[in-house]
Amino acid sequence: MWTTIEQIFPYAIAYTIPLLITALGALFSERSGVVNIGLDGLMIVGSFIGAFVIFKMQAQWPGQSWVLWVGLLAAAAASALFSLLHAFASINLSANQIISGTAINMIAGALTIFLARNITGSGKISITSGFKSFDVPVLSKIPVIGDLFFTKTYATTWLVLLVLVLSALILYRTPFGLRLRSCGEHPHAAEAAGIKVQSMRYVGVMISGAFSGLGGAVILLTYSGEFTGNVAGLGFLALASLIFGQWKPLGILLATLFFGFATTVANVSQVIPSLAVIPPVILKIFPYIVTLIALVIFSKSSNAPKAVGEPFDSGKR
Amino acid sequence: MDYVVEMVGIRKEFPGIVANDDITIQLKKGEIHALLGENGAGKSTLMSILFGMYQPDRGVIKVNGKDVRISNPNVANKLGIGMVHQHFKLVEPFTVTENIILGSETRKYYFGLDVRSAAKRVEELSKRYGLNVDPYAKIEDISVGMQQRVEILKMLYRDAEVLIFDEPTAVLTPQEIQDLQGIMKNLVNEGKSIILITHKLKEIKAVADRCTVIRRGKTIGTVEVADTSREAMAEMMVGRSVSFKVDKQDSRPGKTVLEIQSLTVKNSKKVEALKGFSLDLHAGEIVGIAGVDGNGQTELVEAITGLRQAESGTVSLNGKALNGLSVRQRNESGIGHIPEDRQKRGLVLDYTIEENLILEVYNRPPYSKNGLLQPAAIRKHAEHIIQSFDVRSGTGGRSIVRSMSGGNQQKAIIGREVERDPDLLIAVQPTRGLDVGSIEYIHRRLIEQRDKGKAVLLVSLELDEVLNLSDRIAVINNGELVGIVKTSETNERELGLMMAGYQKEEAPHE
Amino acid sequence: MNNSVKSLLAVLFGLIAGALLMALTGHNPVEGYKYLIQGGLKNPERIGNTLATATPLILTGLSVAFAFRTGLFNIGAAGQMLFGGFCATAVGLSLDLPRALLLLVMVLVGFIGGALWAVVPGFLKAKYNVHEVVSTIMMNWTAYWTVYYVIPGYFKGASLETESRQLPPEAMLHQQWLSDMFQGSYVNLGLFIAVIAVLVVAFLINKTTLGYELKAVGFNRHASEYAGIAVKRSIVLSMFISGGLAGLAGVAQYTGNASSMQIGILPSQGFDGIAVALLGINAPIGVLVSALFFGILYSGRGFMSAMTEIPPEIADSIIAIIIYFAATSILIERLYRKLKLRRAANKKQGE
Repeated sequence: MWTTIEQIFPYAIAYTIPLLITALGALFSERSGVVNIGLDGLMIVGSFIGAFVIFKMQAQWPGQSWVLWVGLLAAAAASALFSLLHAFASINLSANQIISGTAINMIAGALTIFLARNITGSGKISITSGFKSFDVPVLSKIPVIGDLFFTKTYATTWLVLLVLVLSALILYRTPFGLRLRSCGEHPHAAEAAGIKVQSMRYVGVMISGAFSGLGGAVILLTYSGEFTGNVAGLGFLALASLIFGQWKPLGILLATLFFGFATTVANVSQVIPSLAVIPPVILKIFPYIVTLIALVIFSKSSNAPKAVGEPFDSGKR
Repeated sequence: MDYVVEMVGIRKEFPGIVANDDITIQLKKGEIHALLGENGAGKSTLMSILFGMYQPDRGVIKVNGKDVRISNPNVANKLGIGMVHQHFKLVEPFTVTENIILGSETRKYYFGLDVRSAAKRVEELSKRYGLNVDPYAKIEDISVGMQQRVEILKMLYRDAEVLIFDEPTAVLTPQEIQDLQGIMKNLVNEGKSIILITHKLKEIKAVADRCTVIRRGKTIGTVEVADTSREAMAEMMVGRSVSFKVDKQDSRPGKTVLEIQSLTVKNSKKVEALKGFSLDLHAGEIVGIAGVDGNGQTELVEAITGLRQAESGTVSLNGKALNGLSVRQRNESGIGHIPEDRQKRGLVLDYTIEENLILEVYNRPPYSKNGLLQPAAIRKHAEHIIQSFDVRSGTGGRSIVRSMSGGNQQKAIIGREVERDPDLLIAVQPTRGLDVGSIEYIHRRLIEQRDKGKAVLLVSLELDEVLNLSDRIAVINNGELVGIVKTSETNERELGLMMAGYQKEEAPHE
Repeated sequence: MNNSVKSLLAVLFGLIAGALLMALTGHNPVEGYKYLIQGGLKNPERIGNTLATATPLILTGLSVAFAFRTGLFNIGAAGQMLFGGFCATAVGLSLDLPRALLLLVMVLVGFIGGALWAVVPGFLKAKYNVHEVVSTIMMNWTAYWTVYYVIPGYFKGASLETESRQLPPEAMLHQQWLSDMFQGSYVNLGLFIAVIAVLVVAFLINKTTLGYELKAVGFNRHASEYAGIAVKRSIVLSMFISGGLAGLAGVAQYTGNASSMQIGILPSQGFDGIAVALLGINAPIGVLVSALFFGILYSGRGFMSAMTEIPPEIADSIIAIIIYFAATSILIERLYRKLKLRRAANKKQGE
């Protein structure tokens, strides 16, 4: 039993991390007042740009690890730019944010494969190598904790965890965070305080874009290895994690860990005798059903930003 | 003459309407200057321009004699102008201090937020002006009166010299209104200047030095309050002489139509909002419920109409208990309801007038047969109501209700409810936000229903309206019935005390 | 500005963007569009295939549009379609009945399967105010995995692991005279189901008291409560109907256009339904027209891809861009208004 947990832990973490960073992005967007269901599409864009850039660069400079970091940066930047489409539609044009987000998903899904096919006929882009997992020196030798948390980790895992801590600090301990949150709770109060609500929301959406792109690229560089045109619906799962985590960084961490473990368990259940008895379909749909139940439980005391999803109309009072 | 603020020749246009047309207002240092006008006259727009939320299309603003351009609230703040909004601009989950410093946060190491030193300053200011506010309390946990004082602190924190109050007394008890008037006088004594936006003549008489009257976007004149009567100011505001009293005969109450016994209702926060409330209503009388907003009136009406379930107690209509009946069943038993918020509850804004006028009866003949709507019958019904109730709109019955004015929307609702010939007519805030002409019309209609033998339950936050229309008045405070009095035997002072919770016998003598 | 005009303009801009995409990736847009249209409409067989491709889109479009009219976002049409189609396929593979009866049962079961799949999010919304966007997405994936395991488990195809058994000809919507009419196309009875659905939905929304209630709830929930309309029941009922329509799309697709079900795919028609509904301004006739338009694009892209080297995903991209323009149609309106103002100002200057 214990060895099972030890074995799957690193995989669960690897699956959790892209989910976590994307959900953090969604947190910034929703806290500023904009619903972004285009996260899935933004992850796909990140995956595509990351794969494309690294593919090209690995041809030129094979075996260099800095190429991977350039790829990550490119992915984040590209998705941040792509998210401007959603930002512009939702903020300047007061478009319906659900529809705009859906359009983003559709455009991203179609466009990336279209472009990929022009590069490689199959529409898939493989990279030679991604990040290698490693054991953290010293810390991985600690009994129990070392095996769980510090073996077979990726560099990007630590990057994302750093982002998590920084995000929590920024949101709750800085003037920027206070202003951002006010835009999501009561934009008219923010406006009266002299805050430019539209600008804040742009920042929120672009952060969600950058983080989602990063998430897509992390998938590529840790466990996937190739761009395939979709991220198995992880973007939507990130949104569910946001709600499950009640719009708080710690809650999101726990929610994404839950999904990471549940999915990993479902994926490896056939190989592990103690789990193989459970019909695989149950394990696969387990995370989704639990989310539904959690949504019901949290429906009474939702901590959703009060003005999220409503276009901000400066003139109305 | 030294004016601390001057707005000269201001013009502001929105699509389809000129909100401000060549308006001039001048504020002397140390005075309380009232800005008087009906709902929709343009007062709030003018002050929003002063506060930097809008830009004027034409005109000049001067602060302390210098021309200025106020491009956003931050600039207004820097010039020493602050605004206490009618609808509070407070972020509920944040604390008092966080709300006050939002936009001009005190910082630690530049990027960090320093709440502690700000909270200290808030506490000092609060003590100095007698505002009594806890800097660490969350807005969602404090009273409405305290929330308003937080709004005042917001301005004082930024060293405002000119304070604009936008309809500040709508949410206060008569006692709290007096407290506020005291605070305003304190501020003026400390050298501040105040602009008071209001449509309440009584308050202008109580505190203001001078008053500028606006009508339909134009300045009518500026008067010395001490030298001008309420009637004269009202006439300037409306453009014709206004009678403050409604003409009505004595009521002749008949049998009991509505019987409420020990009704207890919980609100959305699971707190008892109405406690053991009992009241009888007879045919041919108007009973008014007087009380400050949020003391259980909403829950009372919701329990009677079925929009909310009661915890205990009974409501009977014409002898039949309503407990357990659905909203539809209660409607059909003879209850008409003119709701508090006409756009939220009373109308489907994106439907046409025709469709709105059958809102409660669409599923009954002749408006539908076997599940199919009958357009001809629906049209006739609408035409009849439009005619009888003077409902004006762009294209008659086919107009989308969203495009209609507030007054006409309200008339449509009243027409719809009255046409259903209910035994009990509940009218909640029936004239909120309407111009004087519509108000007079609606008051007349309500008296007419009472004279026809209906029982009318009037819930209103305007004490004048309650006094004007009601035959009897029930005062509610903190969910409890404080007392029932005959209108002819009471006055505003007594009612005010009851609204604050003093029983009729306990009222302290002055 | 008229809503239909906005949709047409969105289509125009999308097509222009598509042309740009083709040009920027080194292909000839004129050729691309030529083959795209030919692929969809060149001869009766192709027209038939276009109609068949459009059929599930009409139904998912109706599904999303109907839910939208009642104020609900049904992002779950894909899962409802999958589950409804699965139920119909299961019946088709298991029951032995005379053809007419079998098809009727399959259609009914498909409708109900989709309807039940949508009722879950509907109920959660009505009772607990759980936002239907997330709950329908959860249901999508639940349907995906359920079908993924149940088909190989009970309905395994003869050859492939990832496919169900082939449906017997009696259990398929294929009608010989119809295919002959379109010279061998795979158009089938599903088309009639779709058209009938359009008429029924139009009638329901515009002429009945049920339609009145559902629209009122969609426009203003509070006023509906006040009026005595059973809001919670309306929400559930609306999702029921919406899911049922998506279920019918599954029937049309999996027992009409195809003869077996593949596992591991969430049908894209589910999401395209959102696009169809939006472009068709949530009106039944609009849905019909925009589904046909999408049908041409999807049906013709294979031919286009074969004749030029343009990847078939161009069609998806064009559709997605059209949706973006439709969602931001206010921009078109503003540009139009600016143009009008400028023209008026110029006229004044000239006088």
